[in-house]
Amino acid sequence: MSLLRAEHVTKIFGRKAAEAQRKLNAGADPAKLRGLGVTPAVVDASFEVERGEIFVVMGLSGSGKSTLIRMLNGLLGTTSGRVLIDGQDIAKLSPKALRALRQEKISMVFQHFALFPHRTVLANAAYGLEVRGVPKEEREKKAREFLGLVGLDGWEDKVPGQLSGGMQQRVGLARALAAGTDIILMDEAFSALDPLIRREVQDLLLELQARLDKTIVFITHDLNEAMRIGDRIAVMREGRIVQIGTAEEILTEPTNDYVAQFVADVDRTRVLTAASVMEKPLVTVPANTGPRTALRTLREHQASAALVVGRDRRLVGKVSAAVIADAVGDGGRSLDELIDPEDVAPVRPDTPVADLFARAAESDLPLPVTDEHGVLLGVIPRVTLLAALGAINTHVEALIESAEPEKEGSPVDA
Amino acid sequence: MTHDVLASDLPRVPLGDWFDKAVTWLTDHCGWLFDGIGSAVESVVDGLVDVLTFPPALVLTVILAVVALVLRGWKLALFTLVGFGLIDSMELWEPAMDSLALVLVAAVVAVVIAIPIGVLAARNDTVSRVVRPLLDLMQTMPAFVYLIPAIFFFSIGVVPGVVATVIFALPPGVRLTELGIRGVDKEMVEAGEAFGAAPRKILGGVQVPLAMPSIMAGVNQLIMLSLSMVVIAGMVGAGGLGGVVLEGINRVDIATGFEGGTAVVVLAIFLDRVTSALGDRTPVAKAAARR
Repeated sequence: MSLLRAEHVTKIFGRKAAEAQRKLNAGADPAKLRGLGVTPAVVDASFEVERGEIFVVMGLSGSGKSTLIRMLNGLLGTTSGRVLIDGQDIAKLSPKALRALRQEKISMVFQHFALFPHRTVLANAAYGLEVRGVPKEEREKKAREFLGLVGLDGWEDKVPGQLSGGMQQRVGLARALAAGTDIILMDEAFSALDPLIRREVQDLLLELQARLDKTIVFITHDLNEAMRIGDRIAVMREGRIVQIGTAEEILTEPTNDYVAQFVADVDRTRVLTAASVMEKPLVTVPANTGPRTALRTLREHQASAALVVGRDRRLVGKVSAAVIADAVGDGGRSLDELIDPEDVAPVRPDTPVADLFARAAESDLPLPVTDEHGVLLGVIPRVTLLAALGAINTHVEALIESAEPEKEGSPVDA
Repeated sequence: MTHDVLASDLPRVPLGDWFDKAVTWLTDHCGWLFDGIGSAVESVVDGLVDVLTFPPALVLTVILAVVALVLRGWKLALFTLVGFGLIDSMELWEPAMDSLALVLVAAVVAVVIAIPIGVLAARNDTVSRVVRPLLDLMQTMPAFVYLIPAIFFFSIGVVPGVVATVIFALPPGVRLTELGIRGVDKEMVEAGEAFGAAPRKILGGVQVPLAMPSIMAGVNQLIMLSLSMVVIAGMVGAGGLGGVVLEGINRVDIATGFEGGTAVVVLAIFLDRVTSALGDRTPVAKAAARR
């Protein structure tokens, strides 16, 4: 069961919310409800967040994302629909039980940090535990630990006003982490920070997430941020979720023009990965063939060099036609000593395309893509990379389609 | 219906009569309550006067100067020495202490009433809507008007003086408390809620501390207004510096009036600087100063 679930969640602000809800149910256009003096902030939003996932909700300001996140921990009630945490409908909880739920299961990081200015950094980080009634010594120990994790050793006795914005949000993060909840809601948590600092705390978040395996709902209006940190992304527009998918799905298969326009300016080389642009290698040489066969294979393909794969399709190295030709002339019988295991530098399928250019420039062969066991999955010729750099949508999409079979199927044969 | 130029075409609403009847009814039926309040207030004020006049004037002057030094600095300490010394040399020490006691008691009572009402008004729009016109009334109704029923309830002396002072001084305490708490960043309150803090903990741990500078400004204003009532309190027989000033007015004695007024100003400056220094010592203000 998913840890956090929203079912048809709707929030309408205004006195006539109930009437507006009835009209909505009857199929009225939300935009026309404003005549009633109501604001439909979130309309019929449904999604599930799995344990250990970073789920990003992305939309422009006014799209209802802040309202949505506040319904997930009950700061705002829903007009209709349900929010389930661990299978528990939070609307059914008494105020006391809801407070207990927030203490134990779901904490929050705020856009403007919301640190208490009259408390020290340490006391801020320990706040969640203090509310829970954890004894002072224990909670301060925990808070110190998490302040260390976010890189704020030695700042414990300062007050928030003495810290830069980036550092303050690290305290906000430490406060949420120290509370020890499984779920963390992050409301535009990095939006108030300078771009460089923002990148730094994004990296920090990803690093911490790899270690702590939290379940995070992250709100942002920054598509690049969404693509960078989200395992899955929900795109919101005018209160509705218009698409949910991975960054690549949203880039390559936008459900409508709105999403397509939204993603038009994204730096694709940061989102597309080696896996999505790699191709089936035209030629590889099995490691157990003899030099003569290898040479023939190369000549057939008019290649001056090729990657060598072992029996289990692991990448072994490369051979060049010139070296083999010399060896054959000298009467060599084994290919083994002719293989150059250096200089192949395989990349992983999840490497962003942006990081491939430098490598591709260094090598005369197509870049090999291997999995964690060294098995060759595909190759990326320079031409393909240049096409991706061109970032012309149709071009890239075509490339992705042609690369598709290799993602699942057997990529290599000789 | 008469056709006098000054007469209204509307039927006469006997507002004054109703109020008069209400006051009479209250004196008849709640006399015991007013007697109780009256004697309590009187004994507290008298006790405080005893405390203030127990040490010799110069000793108390030095004590107050030390308080000023600790809370504010040497300038205020010097002012305190000179100012209170002046009061003593003008032979106004006793009336000054009478007035100080009256003001302090009235201010404490007003603070004790004002802050909870301000907190309630900040948390509840209905309370706020009800309280606001009442505060307007208390601030703008000429003090003499409620001085008369106060004399009915408590007879002449220090008690109606305290009551009138409390009524007049209360509003800024309520208003600035409400304003301060409503002005606390919404995200701060949400942070408290999001971590599962109970409303009472959010009030005590987040809202009140963050509103403290504003609340202290309210307390400061409240004390200043209390002092401005000293002369009016003197009119109902509360004595003190108000009595001195009135005596000056009645006898057209410029010297007496000016000296009494000067003593009021000395008290006012001292209390203002000390209470605003207290405002600077709130945790929020201290944290801001560390920046």
